[in-house]
Amino acid sequence: MNIHEYQGKDLLRQYGVSVPKGHVAFSIAEAVEAAKKLGSDVVVVKAQIHAGGRGKAGGVKVAKNLDEVRTYAEDLLGKKLVTHQTGPEGKEVKRLLIEEGCDIQKEYYIGFVVDRATSKVVLMASSEGGMEIEEVAARTPEKIYKEYIDPVVGLAPFQARRIAFKMNIPKKSVNEAVKFMLGLYKVFVEKDCSIAEINPLVLTGDGSVMALDAKLNFDSNALFRHPELLEYRDLDEEDPKEIEASKYDLSYISLDGNIGCMVNGAGLAMATMDIIKYYGGQPANFLDVGGGATAEKVAEAFKIILSDPKVKGIFVNIFGGIMKCDIIATGVVEAAKQVGLSVPLVVRLEGTNVELGKQILQESGLNIIAANSMAEGAEKIVSLVG
Amino acid sequence: MSIFIDKNTKVIVQGITGKTALFHTKQMLEYGTKIVGGTSPGKGGTEVEGVPVFNTVSEAVEATGATASVIYVPAPFAADAIMEAVDAELDLVICITEHIPVLDMVKVKRYMEGKKTRLIGPNCPGVISADECKIGIMPGYIHKKGHVGVVSRSGTLTYEAVYQLTKAGIGQTTAVGIGGDPVNGTNFIDVLKAFNEDPETYAVIMIGEIGGTAEEEAALWVKENMKKPVVGFIGGRTAPPGKRMGHAGAIISGGKGTADEKIRVMNECGIKVAETPAVIGETLINVLKEQGLYEKCKNL
Repeated sequence: MNIHEYQGKDLLRQYGVSVPKGHVAFSIAEAVEAAKKLGSDVVVVKAQIHAGGRGKAGGVKVAKNLDEVRTYAEDLLGKKLVTHQTGPEGKEVKRLLIEEGCDIQKEYYIGFVVDRATSKVVLMASSEGGMEIEEVAARTPEKIYKEYIDPVVGLAPFQARRIAFKMNIPKKSVNEAVKFMLGLYKVFVEKDCSIAEINPLVLTGDGSVMALDAKLNFDSNALFRHPELLEYRDLDEEDPKEIEASKYDLSYISLDGNIGCMVNGAGLAMATMDIIKYYGGQPANFLDVGGGATAEKVAEAFKIILSDPKVKGIFVNIFGGIMKCDIIATGVVEAAKQVGLSVPLVVRLEGTNVELGKQILQESGLNIIAANSMAEGAEKIVSLVG
Repeated sequence: MSIFIDKNTKVIVQGITGKTALFHTKQMLEYGTKIVGGTSPGKGGTEVEGVPVFNTVSEAVEATGATASVIYVPAPFAADAIMEAVDAELDLVICITEHIPVLDMVKVKRYMEGKKTRLIGPNCPGVISADECKIGIMPGYIHKKGHVGVVSRSGTLTYEAVYQLTKAGIGQTTAVGIGGDPVNGTNFIDVLKAFNEDPETYAVIMIGEIGGTAEEEAALWVKENMKKPVVGFIGGRTAPPGKRMGHAGAIISGGKGTADEKIRVMNECGIKVAETPAVIGETLINVLKEQGLYEKCKNL
């Protein structure tokens, strides 16, 4: 789960990790009010959307007085911001973070993430702040420093200190940087983050260290023990079809193509997208109905696919292991009858109760094209969609 | 022969009284797996499907002599279940459970350091040695005894590959699902090593997907050490970056973990990669023919 920058900073503040003073604003009036409350000479108006690259896209403005705050807020609220992470359609700005400006001396990078190879949380840091860390990793890997953290001990102060010295943080600010890292690690483990990235971490003129930006993502598998985090969820930032799918425990991801896919198993669902592309088509979605789906769940999945106006054809690809083919067939028929089937539908069924499944489809009277293999099914749907 | 499990493996089912566990206990028993016990805290002394239930794993192990366990415990409690099995000094623990928080697995891995237990999974279909022992949730009937080893991060793709082989008259020794999570117990290399040393396994299919670099590392290992042909497939060529494709571990992040990069490294290391998931079996058969292994692998 992703959250907004201002929410991430709220969380950091709760853990004593230093961030600039700031307030969220949903309207122009609130933005001006927030700036008044801050009372600083310089105020930064920051668009809050769930995507990186906001600065380059014009989503971060520096205001020197309240009039400028008003102008920038007018400018940004309701604007579609297009960054390299939003796609060409962009994302509408509905919230702003009004923050006090700070006197930046130097920018750094600090991030925590789970390292798959070592099965440990790793602290990554660089003196090259403000740039994308992937870029630094590609161009100057020697400028990225890492500390692997023992989960029993946690981040040890000596590790944080070692990193701070390697990053060339000035001696008088090292202790503050260490405190910052220890606090951020605490947030990471206590809130089950999947990423906690501060880019840039800044050193200010008076020698303090603070998070100018904050990107926190949470492990969705751990949300059951963090009801407090669910309050941060912003449904405006999520695809409505993905929200609908999550209500039924379906794993769905919207894509750009026009062939809707319904598959069981994440691996097979990915491979089905691949094979559609291989035969010259474009998948409209990733959808894993899971191993234990009921006919109702399958019907809901089918409706979600059909609710996408881009979809010009549907490919159902099932290898019934635990998931029985007759259940899939029943769900498909039910949904098609309820919402009406206006596009070609190719179904490939294999595995447990396959004959029964095929019979249900055949007797439904619906115009369903059967395929005997995954390849045949993909070829058929691609040629039908054209 | 087979790897990790065979007809003599004695298995306990952790969380045996749950709905999914019961269903699969029945299926495993039907397949011929020696399920000797189960655990369910508070239900010790009862019996389900003719199998005795114990309160704790150590009790179950002591009473039954089990050497393996399979875990169907819900995600919030699954990490604890794994550690309980490790503490009971089982040789093999197979965790089927999906959606375990990744930081729980980080702790589990630390707990397992220096211990003898091999963990497979979590978020995996399990392990099956054809006609001998099935531990997990895979459909038993698609497997056929033979000489090809299968290792995979995905359940249904494993079924797909195994079924293609079986239909073409090529049997399998063992199929191992290592699971779709970013932090797991057994990796590709562990399984490839075991297949390399198993005299009955003549060739291996390795099925990976986007995310992480486990396939690349395995490919390099194959190049240096593997004495048997390996054929591969990678799912997620068309997956957009930054999105988790169902599996927690299937995500391209920061340009790392793409299918194209994995395929490139695998090809470089002599692993023939199937163009589509529909031709995994065919790709293997072609390699078997090239290497003069086809007759030895066909129709036992």
